[in-house]
Amino acid sequence: MKRDLMGIVGAVALYALLMGLIESEVIGAFWQLNIVLICINIILAVSLNLITGFTGQFSIGHAGFMAVGAYLSAVFTVKLGLPYIVGILAGAAGAAILGFAIGLPTLRLKGDYLAIATLGLGEIIRITILNIPYVGGASGLMGIPRYTTFTWAFFLMVITVLFIKNFINSSHGRACISIRENEIAAEAMGVDTTKYKVIAFTIGATFAGVAGGLFSHYFYIAHPASFTFMKSFDILTMVVLGGMGSITGSITTAILLTYISAELASYPEWRMVIYALLLIVLMIYRPQGLFGNKELSLKLFSRILGGGQRGAAENK
Amino acid sequence: MEASSLTQQFFQQLINGISLGSIYALIALGYTMVYGIIRLINFAHGDIYMLGAYAGYFATTFFKMSFFPALIFSMVVASTVGMLIERLAYRPLRGAPKIAILITAIGVSLLLEYGGMILVTPQPRTFPELFSTATYNFMGLVVNSQQIVILVVSLALMFILTYVVNHTKVGKAMRAVSFDTDAARLMGINVDRIISFTFAIGSSLAAAAGILVGIYYNSIDPLMGIMPGLKAFVAAVLGGIGVIPGAMVGGVLLGVIEALVSGFLSSTFRDAAAFIILIVILLFRPAGLFGKNIREKV
Repeated sequence: MKRDLMGIVGAVALYALLMGLIESEVIGAFWQLNIVLICINIILAVSLNLITGFTGQFSIGHAGFMAVGAYLSAVFTVKLGLPYIVGILAGAAGAAILGFAIGLPTLRLKGDYLAIATLGLGEIIRITILNIPYVGGASGLMGIPRYTTFTWAFFLMVITVLFIKNFINSSHGRACISIRENEIAAEAMGVDTTKYKVIAFTIGATFAGVAGGLFSHYFYIAHPASFTFMKSFDILTMVVLGGMGSITGSITTAILLTYISAELASYPEWRMVIYALLLIVLMIYRPQGLFGNKELSLKLFSRILGGGQRGAAENK
Repeated sequence: MEASSLTQQFFQQLINGISLGSIYALIALGYTMVYGIIRLINFAHGDIYMLGAYAGYFATTFFKMSFFPALIFSMVVASTVGMLIERLAYRPLRGAPKIAILITAIGVSLLLEYGGMILVTPQPRTFPELFSTATYNFMGLVVNSQQIVILVVSLALMFILTYVVNHTKVGKAMRAVSFDTDAARLMGINVDRIISFTFAIGSSLAAAAGILVGIYYNSIDPLMGIMPGLKAFVAAVLGGIGVIPGAMVGGVLLGVIEALVSGFLSSTFRDAAAFIILIVILLFRPAGLFGKNIREKV
């Protein structure tokens, strides 16, 4: 609890710093956009890490839940004229319900079969949205007001990280980790593996929905092409590079990779080639990812980064 | 009147489906053989198919080859690349956790797609017309020459493959490795060489599929391999992954289902159909249609 408070204080300090830089226009519009993107990507990576890294269930359908959040929240704000927060909550709830409904049958599958099934489900979600004229079909849902500000993105990111971190450190989280380590042993010890797998999957989907809501209300549009399985691969890359089972790892790589893609914005092919080479080389030489399943501690963190960027991460 | 035009449309879609399906089948064979032998979903397989299409494109435009030399050329190029990928990316990970290998495969796939974009530019290219398009009418059904070529070439390749796997020494070794890798090694089979060989065969079949698709749709681009690759995987799962006849049947079946869905429902649901089949198969019969009946798997 004390650490949580310190984390929140650190996060508020970081927020004040960044906000000051934005207000004084030290950070221009381009990097402002990328900071919001970083926040969204952190939410996505950390929530997928709960499913893939901590619970060990390989999912390549995360973009599908993000799409649900993006569209549902936009429907609530644009079509029904409700406030933004209601939209975000609705998007999260929709993604959660879908995550539960999908997780219950598919989480019986294991390893690469589960991966392929989640990939297929993500695509089914996307194609279904594509065929609903009410939300714009193939041309996407346009005219979404830009409700997402840096403040929204930042604090939702902090809430996500805090929630997932506390979940993992709870007895439920321990149960999830035991499933990753050895499913049969976990079951023998009395862990209801199906229940915890579905819980982890649902929580992950919920926050992906939140990220989707932020996303569509920042870029004025929800378009089916933004949520292909390439997006899921993107998120997965962040999780794997950072280390499966390391929240700080996911945060670091989310920042790093968003930064790389911002720098390489005019050469999108090179960006993907670099991603690909990173993945291959890392899997051969360091399959556990940059951080493995270790977390950066506050001390180490402040020493390395001099008081550092990401307050929310420091609360381990 | 209404009913007869419906049946006619049904048979027309059946023809389209079979020619599309035999392409899926060719790609699915590579998936199923590699999975059968090292239990790896080779995500990069769809991109090998793209590579084959490009090799065929350059063979016919720059080297002015005709169809058959171009086919052989691209199959050789693809099998070399396939073996190279296996050697450089997958072999160092033999015995590593499954997820690590799967992620490497995704990495290789992205590398081929976007590396390809850098090499040959992302713009789609027009595949040269290697056969004059002739259309034949049978009782109101339209069949064009490309469809006939696709069917003949893929049937011939499948026939050769079946012969190699069932009646040659190397095929016997492949079956042995797929059945029990350790026992095969103890019997003096060079397992690494057989795995290389499996990648070579699978990749060459995918390359053939690439050229055939180039001829059929006239257009190729660096990302063309993603969807057919995934669908061919679905086909392999549908037929029972690891089972060679299963991949053939699964591919054709998937092609037919897709054609019927796009003909009778909506073409936008076409892609969803494949994935729905995948989910249903995985949930209710993970072994696939032929998973139990046929023991032989390579």
